[in-house]
Amino acid sequence: MSKISLVEIKARISGVFYTSPTPEAEPFVQIGSQVDKGQTLALLESMKLYSKIKAPVAGEIVKILGVNGEPVLVGQTLFSIRPAS
Amino acid sequence: MFDKVLVANRGEIAVRILRTLKKMGVASVAVYSEADVDALPTQLADEAVLIGPPAPTKSYLNIDSILSAATQVGASAIHPGYGFLSENAQFAEACSNLDITFIGPNPKSLLLAGDKLQARRTVEKAGVRVIPGSNEPLHEPSVARRFGAAIGYPAMLKAAAGGGGKGMRLVSDENDLIESFPLAQAEAHASFGDPTLYLERCIMNARHIEIQILADSKANTIHLGERNCSLQRRHQKLLEEAPSPALPYKTKCQLYEAALTISEVMGFRSLGTFEFLVDASNQFYFLEVNARIQVEHPVTEAITGIDLVQAQIEEAATGELSLSQSNIEFRGHAIECRINAEDPSNGFLPQPGKIETFRPPANPLVRFDSHVYEGYTVPFYYDSLLGKVITHEATRDKAMETMQNALSELTIGPIQTTTLFLKRVLADDDFRSGTYNLDLLPRLAPESNDEDE
Repeated sequence: MSKISLVEIKARISGVFYTSPTPEAEPFVQIGSQVDKGQTLALLESMKLYSKIKAPVAGEIVKILGVNGEPVLVGQTLFSIRPAS
Repeated sequence: MFDKVLVANRGEIAVRILRTLKKMGVASVAVYSEADVDALPTQLADEAVLIGPPAPTKSYLNIDSILSAATQVGASAIHPGYGFLSENAQFAEACSNLDITFIGPNPKSLLLAGDKLQARRTVEKAGVRVIPGSNEPLHEPSVARRFGAAIGYPAMLKAAAGGGGKGMRLVSDENDLIESFPLAQAEAHASFGDPTLYLERCIMNARHIEIQILADSKANTIHLGERNCSLQRRHQKLLEEAPSPALPYKTKCQLYEAALTISEVMGFRSLGTFEFLVDASNQFYFLEVNARIQVEHPVTEAITGIDLVQAQIEEAATGELSLSQSNIEFRGHAIECRINAEDPSNGFLPQPGKIETFRPPANPLVRFDSHVYEGYTVPFYYDSLLGKVITHEATRDKAMETMQNALSELTIGPIQTTTLFLKRVLADDDFRSGTYNLDLLPRLAPESNDEDE
């Protein structure tokens, strides 16, 4: 096991979690995806506005804890990323 | 008059309409989603019917569900409020098929108002100036480029099925136009189910002025003056006032005439707003028709003393206006501030959540239209409007002062709201002079480059 601790990405506000830009589209990322810092991982819809959830660091997606189309609450963990060393 | 009216909306406007129904002695029905079980409309209405899950498409936009609620309670009319199904011609048609009165314009006017290109052509034919632009639908960037060259830059790419400030993109030059075109098409398709675009020149230093119209089926059409709605963030209004502080009397009269002409040409009835942009030399251009009650209607109610919701319901019930133009007089000055659950110090980030502390402005001369209360949880499924503070005084200076005091008194927490930001607006010299235009808000709240919308 790597000693690098995982980076958790939490919901900044409550809203509805979407893993793809439109219902028909491919998901932004999957478990195992390598992402760049700033890359869009998901969308959060709150009060009719969509905001992008972006990767705070480059690395590998280890966990996706939000469920597509389901509500998430502020502070809830949505992704875990193993930072690139 | 109707025996029973169903209010097909939520939030502050549902509360607003229910109050007038109560005043008129008409039985009222609220509808609510699973996210609004504890909301104020369900408590104020004589009856309340659950219409579905929280997502708007499954509840407040669900035509079948709302109509079955109306049939179940025996409502003779439906008031749609604003947003949701208020300008949906199919819904209006479906109501009339069930012999339920849709309190609003007829389906034909709704279709015309909703098709922005068709509305543009109709208005131009009636002899009212529209913004220089493409009168034909655009599907190809190359065709758009031809229009761009003719009308000049910066320009606005707009969705033909859009409106309410949504689906608009500012393009600064030809390259920007070519690059933005497919994105704007995709947005238009995603938001309105129709990728058709059109192009209009961007009117610089413009003010947003709109005229309130009331019309009946006997072709009586009257105006209730103008509102200045030039404080906007991303085309969403934050503060409105009536009358407009800086327009010459002559321009106002020309705007009233233009709005009356458009309304008559459209065969419009019920309550509607005709929006215009007015440039620095007071030249004005038709923008769009809002075929419904608007959020900012209280400023017009304040200066005319007329309950617009009541006038709208009476017209729907009798087919006739009980008012004529000679009944309309303007008194004093009114300002409305929109209190949104947004954090202005954090890019206006939405602020759903529980309201632990709530103290409304209690000055007897202040109107506060709102559906919130202490302990209310603001759901994240709907828009961020928590309420509207409206002040009405003999002069604009006094209305601003009363508003400052009202905003100081209003306390909502711990969620952040636009209250303090609006206090800053009221203290701004440009705002206070009354000469401000649409450029004021971007100056007071610059957009960060980290756009995440």
